[in-house]
Parts: sequence; structure tokens; C-alpha cells
Amino acid sequence: MKEPEPEKFGAHSRRTFLKSLGTVAATTATAQVKSVAAELEKVNAEKVIGPEAVPVTLKVNGEKLKLLLEPRVTLLDALRNYSSLTGAKEGCDRASCGACTVLINDAPVYSCQKLAIEAQGVEITTIEGLAKDGKLTKVQSAFIEKDALQCGYCTPGFVMSVTALLKKNFHPTAADVKHACAGNLCRCGCHPHILQAALKAAGVGHAAKTEIVNYA
Amino acid sequence: MPSWPAETKYISHATTRVDGAAKVTGKARYSSDIQANGWLYGMILRSKWPAAKITDINLEQALKVPGIKAAVLARSKEFTVRYYGEELAAVAGTSKQACLDALRAIEVTAQPLPFVVNENDAKKADAPRVWENGPNYKEPNARDRGDVTAAFGQCAAVIEGFYSTPVQTHNSMETHGNTASWTDDGVTAWSSTQGISSVRDGLAGSLRLEHSKVRVITEYMGGGFGAKFGAGVEGVLAAKLSREAKAPVRLMLTRFDEALAVGNRPSSFQKIKLGAAADGTLLAFDLENYGTAGIGAGGDAGGGGGGADIPAPYLYKVANTRVKQAAVAVNAGSARAFRAPGNPPASFGIESAMDDLAVKLGMDPVELRLKNDPNPIRQREYKLGVEKFGWKEKYRKPGSSPGVVKTGIGCAGAAWPAGGPSKNTHGEAQINPDGTIEFRLGVQDIGTGTRTVIAVVAAEMLGLKPEQITVKVGDTRFPPGPGSGGSTTCPSISPTVFDICAKALQQLQTQSGIADARGANWFPACKKLGVNSLTVSGQWIEGLSSNPAGGVQFAEVEVDTETGLVTVKKMLGVHDCGLIVNQLTLESQINGGIIMGMGYALYEERVMDDLSGVMLNPNFETYKLPGIADVPEIEIVLINMPERGVIGIGEPATVPTAGAIANAVANAIGVRVGSLPITPAKVLAALGKVPPVTA
Repeated sequence: MKEPEPEKFGAHSRRTFLKSLGTVAATTATAQVKSVAAELEKVNAEKVIGPEAVPVTLKVNGEKLKLLLEPRVTLLDALRNYSSLTGAKEGCDRASCGACTVLINDAPVYSCQKLAIEAQGVEITTIEGLAKDGKLTKVQSAFIEKDALQCGYCTPGFVMSVTALLKKNFHPTAADVKHACAGNLCRCGCHPHILQAALKAAGVGHAAKTEIVNYA
Repeated sequence: MPSWPAETKYISHATTRVDGAAKVTGKARYSSDIQANGWLYGMILRSKWPAAKITDINLEQALKVPGIKAAVLARSKEFTVRYYGEELAAVAGTSKQACLDALRAIEVTAQPLPFVVNENDAKKADAPRVWENGPNYKEPNARDRGDVTAAFGQCAAVIEGFYSTPVQTHNSMETHGNTASWTDDGVTAWSSTQGISSVRDGLAGSLRLEHSKVRVITEYMGGGFGAKFGAGVEGVLAAKLSREAKAPVRLMLTRFDEALAVGNRPSSFQKIKLGAAADGTLLAFDLENYGTAGIGAGGDAGGGGGGADIPAPYLYKVANTRVKQAAVAVNAGSARAFRAPGNPPASFGIESAMDDLAVKLGMDPVELRLKNDPNPIRQREYKLGVEKFGWKEKYRKPGSSPGVVKTGIGCAGAAWPAGGPSKNTHGEAQINPDGTIEFRLGVQDIGTGTRTVIAVVAAEMLGLKPEQITVKVGDTRFPPGPGSGGSTTCPSISPTVFDICAKALQQLQTQSGIADARGANWFPACKKLGVNSLTVSGQWIEGLSSNPAGGVQFAEVEVDTETGLVTVKKMLGVHDCGLIVNQLTLESQINGGIIMGMGYALYEERVMDDLSGVMLNPNFETYKLPGIADVPEIEIVLINMPERGVIGIGEPATVPTAGAIANAVANAIGVRVGSLPITPAKVLAALGKVPPVTA
């Protein structure tokens, strides 16, 4: 699953921190090692937050969500346990099932693998943010029409993965859909219908494979 | 005798789920989504020993962790744990993070005990005992019918094979757990369950409360597959934490917990001897089987006994049979019902043996089945399948497929006669003067589309549209119904809704004076109710449902003989459907059964470490489920027999898949891989390319 560029992740991303460190290190390259260490300590002192709860502002579905969270709280837990956005599900909490998939700047991300503090300053879209004014998206409608769900627990994750795919690829093949959904698990076994739904949402037809035969 | 209408508008057609929109928008509230006022997070501390005498559990430090509001013992301070992952204590706090800290602060003193986690080791007389009061395994008595020894002497062909299946874990996407709220009025539990009534009874029993003081609500739940009938240790602990903390507690298991402690399908090690006359008529069958149901195979019975048996010789009529089987206890989590208990391993064993015998007889595998399967519906299913699949054109002698990547085909059958209606199913409908109608049934939707089935049947009977029917399920305050298991829900609720509708129409006729209140007359008739709503109760009635016969499946595979990788190219399922209620959700269940069967055939296996006694793959990275890229083209043929009424499909759809795939693999490479899952290593070993894997 491709993640958005870390640079876009607000003030606390590891990348921006290391970058600033790199600049500091370069300008002091000829100076004594001790002064580098001192600089590093200074930079660190400015950047370290927690372990107590800190204010976090997330932009979810176009609205600002202001929370007070320990820095170790994941984006998934922030949504599910500190707001009423329970659409993203916890299936494994370790980046292997995809039930927690949300979009960050239109790219699918496992929200269980992103700290909430890292998800500031970006556009987060959850399953609750897809249907605008109660009107279902093409992907959502196709999931219903093709019955691409059973218990429905993995469904938000699959819908987000397919939505992300269709944002960048208007004419996906079956292989594209399978690739886009490779990070999502479903135990009820809805995969054939999920594939059909994704293709249907993209305007690609799919021949029915079921036949009803009378016994007599 | 009542009968279903011959001409239908919704029944037997495809209706989209009435709760589809809730599920694709995130509005559906699953048990793990419940945010009761002031709720706390709950977590369980589990044994890190596969066997140990616990001598003390100190919760003091845990209670001092900021945010922690309660801590309770799972049982007591002193007891014996018998598997890695058994519950020791639980905490509740204001955040998951606080709970994680608190679990680390609990002090447990224990004396580790010897343990055994491998079935073959556990069978030995000197193995450490899982239960002190009896051996892990007791040699079972043979059940004999006819004269097996003499019959084998008369056979034209006899095969002997060893077929084994692993422990499979359920792994529903939503883990077990619930939010429990204990107040002066009693306990309310929003539980992730497939049996609200059994959870209600379980909680009431464990907490010593009256049934009327316990309410279980399951609006949406994320899969169960047989593992979610009971209140569970986690349910009882959540309630106790709630009592202690005076706040609702949401306690959902982690994925790790889920793999260890809340059920699995027992393993099987089947030694089969099967013999037939030259024309293929089966004459003799001999099975010696054992498997483990974890610690569930021991217990109060005093050592091994029950819990891992399989039906044998399953689908076939054999005059002379000898069956010997028993369970062996190991230090691992207990087995639970798992989609068609006993049947997938039974189907895999006997169907593998049937193909091996067909090869020895020089007979077509389908012909051998037609010769010996007495069920007329499966006979018809095989014949339809052969035609639809192109069996005769595709079938080649085993191992004769050219090239490095070899193709093969196979088939297998399933029975599920146990799946029939639960006669103890009740429901009610409230009809309002404005014509709105709400059905309330004390059943739950495990994912099969229970609400939709109710809406489809009601719409048909009342001449309305499914979207005009409001359906409420998943609350023990509604009239009671069965748990969602054993393919029983659809044949239980459909006749119940039929009965409610018939009574409603009768009452409406009496009260409104309109002879037929269906369709266009519905709203005028309801209007005549005046100011009072009409409430009608009904229950399951005879004549509208029956038990499933089963189904047959065909598989086409490719086997790469250099890497050992098996790719399923195509599956065909031919299934017995009685009266089809809703084609769309029916297809989903058959697809799901086949895909779960594929996982059983090729990927899934609980791996225990003999030395540490720990499950090595309690996660989705190492316990492999089929993913979307693994899933082949699936074709479905539904045998429509409306005269038999409604039957269930959930179990039979998963039973024959592994056998069909295993037979296709054997057909492709010309040698049998007799052990599930059929991994690349086992394929290469069977081909003599690498040394065999020792379990």
C-alpha cells in the first residue's frame, strides 16, 4: 500500500525532523562533534512531546477534530475511541487485515499503523466521509448491488481501497482491482463479488456465473 | 398444510441487502463500535505458560496505573492453566494505553508444569498429562458393521492411505468480545455473538443473575463461523469489570487472543483402508482416526474422549465398516463448532481415498461416486456438474499433464442433513395505522443476510416491497429464535415470517373489513385500524422448510512442479437449495464457503511449537487466509426444489472444497499429497524433490 509523502505529515514527522537534523549536521560538519551533539539535544528538546496527552488536530472528512491524545495513540484508535467515527474497523491492529483503511490525501493507509500526531495537517477521509449528503458513491452502490459484503466488518476497508484505486485509475482491470485490494482480508469470502463491484463502479461489465437448474 | 406461493416477485429473485447501505457507509454499529456513556476499555492478561500451577496473582500495582478503574481475576489466585493464552486477569481503564500498562504491572507467580502440544507426542503413555485425572488419549473401541476382514478379501482393489488435516482457526474479522454495562437493573451486553439467547443464558448463569436481568444486544457482528455462541470468559470478565468500575466496559479480544483462546476446528489423522469390487461397488471400509480438540478433548471425562470425531464413511453406503476414533488432549485452546463440524475433514479423507481407489480400479472418479453415493440429489448434482464443468473433456490420467506447470481436476461431495429448521423460532410484527410494519425476531445476523430474508419473505406475503419492511433483530427482548449456526437460520425464520404474515392478513381482514389486505389494499386496510397499532405474533410452522442434502464441487488447479505452488484456476459448486429465498445472498454464502474451503486446502494451519508450547502463527501474517488474488473463477449451479421449502446453505458450501482441490492436485501431479494444507513444500516432497516435512 503506497503511503503519501511523509513530508506532508505536519510538523512532527520523522522525516522532517531528520531533515532539519541533516541541515544542522551539515553546517556544523567542520565544528566539533560535541557541538553537534549539543545542537541535536536542542532540536530534540524542541520536538519531543508526551508521554502525557497533547492536543491533536485532525482534519477528517473535511471537518476539524480537536482531541487530547497521548502521542502513542494511533489514528485508528483516535477515530474509534476518541470520536464517534467507528466506521474504520480494528481487525488486527498490526497492518495485516486492512479493515482500518482510510484515505490520507486520497491514498489508502492503514490507520492502525499511523500515530494520530503524525496524521495532522493532511486530509483524512473515512468511510463516513464518502456519501455526501446521504448520496452513496458509485463504489458504495456497487458494493450493495453486487452483494460485495456479508458480515460487513471488512467492508469499510475494501470500499476505501477500491475508492482510492478509482481516484487514480478510471479504467481498472481485474488485475488492478486485485492489486488494490491485496492489503484487505475478508473471512466471509466476498472476494468474487468485491471484484465485480469494483469493476461495476468503474463501468466495466461482468458476466453472471450462476445458473439455476430445476431438479425435476 | 401451508405452501409457498408458486408465482413470486421477491422470493427466489435477487434482492440487495436491506442493511447494505448501513454497512457501506460505516453507519452499522458493530458490537466493537458501541460507545456507551462513560465507557472504559477492557483487556485480558493471559498465561504465558502452556501449563502451570498459578500460585498468586497480584493486581495491586495494576490498579495504581493512571486511568485504571478496575481489575479482576479470571478465576482465582490459585489454579492450573492448561494452555498458552488461558485467561488470568482483566483490567478496565480509560484508554487502551492505560490497560496495556496495567497488564504489564500485574504480578503473576507460577510453577511451570510439563506440557505437550503435539497430537502424536500427547498420545504416548508417558506424555505429560493435560488433565491430571486421566490420560490424554484412550484407545477407542472399534465400531464394526459386517465382516470387514472377510470383505477386504473379496475386493478387486484395495487402497490404504493416510490423510491428515490441521487445526484451523475461525478468525472472524471482528474478534470476540462485547461491551457490558452492569447497573442496578442488571446487565446489558452488546455482544459480538451468533447466539444472543445462549449468551444471555451464559451470562446469567455465570453472574448468578435472573435471565430477565440480562439483556443481550447484537445489532451487527463481524462473523463467527461457529465460535461465537457462548458468553465466553471475555463476556463474563467484561461484566465483572463493569460492576467493579461502575461503568460500561468494552472488552474486545486482540487478534493474538483470538487465535489462542476462542475456538478452532480439531485436527484429524485418518488412516483409511477402502476396498471395492471390480465394478466399483464399495465393499469394505476401515478408519482409524484421532485428532485434537485442544484441552477440550479431556476435562471432566477423564482424559481423551469426544470432540474430534468425524462422520464415516460419510456419504457412502458400504456394507462392511470398521471405525475407530478418539480425541487426544493437548495443551492448546479448546475446539469449538466450526462451519459444518466434522464434515470438511471427513470429506477430505474419504474423498481422497475414493480418488485413490478410482485410480487403482482404472475408473473415472465421478463414476465411482455415482456407483456408491445413494443420495438422489447428489447424483443429479454430479451429472449436472460433469456437464457444466466439462469434466469428460478435461479429465486426464493422473500425472499425464505435460510440462512443468501441470493441470488437474477433481471433485468431492458434501452432506449436511443436520441443517434444518429450529422449531423453537418466534417473532412478532407491529402494524401501524400509517401502513408501516416492523418485524421483531430474537435472532441475529451473522452476515448471511437475516434481515433481508425476513424482508423478502414479508414483502412477498404482504404484497409490499422489501424496503417497506422494517426489520429488527439482535435483542433478547424480542421473541426468541435460534442461534445462527448449522445452516438453520433461514429455514427457521422464513416459515416464522410466513406465519406472522398469514395471521396479520387474517387480523387485518377482520378489523378492516377488507377481504384481501395485500398490495394495493395494504394502506387502506391499515388506516382502518384507527389509532391502535396491531401486533401479531407467530412462530415456525411445519411444511415450509426442510433439511439440506448437500452439494458437490469441482476444482481445476495448476501445480508448478518446480516451486510446488498450487493455483486454483476454477471452482464449480453445484448445490442443493430447496426453495431459493434470495439468490444474491445465497451466492455470497456459497462463494464464501468455497473460499474458506480453499484456505483449508492450501493455506491454513495452526502451528504449535513443541519446545515452548506456544502457537507460532497467531496473526494474519503467518496464519494465511485466502486473499482476493488467490480466489479463482467460481461458478455456481443452484438446484431449485421449491417443493422442499427453505433449507440452509452455509455449511455444505464449505465442506467439499478441500477434497475437490486435493483430488485435483493429485490428478495434476500423479501422486497424493495426503496432508492439508497442501503447501509447496509438501508438493515438492510428494514429487520426491525435497525431503518430506515432518509435522
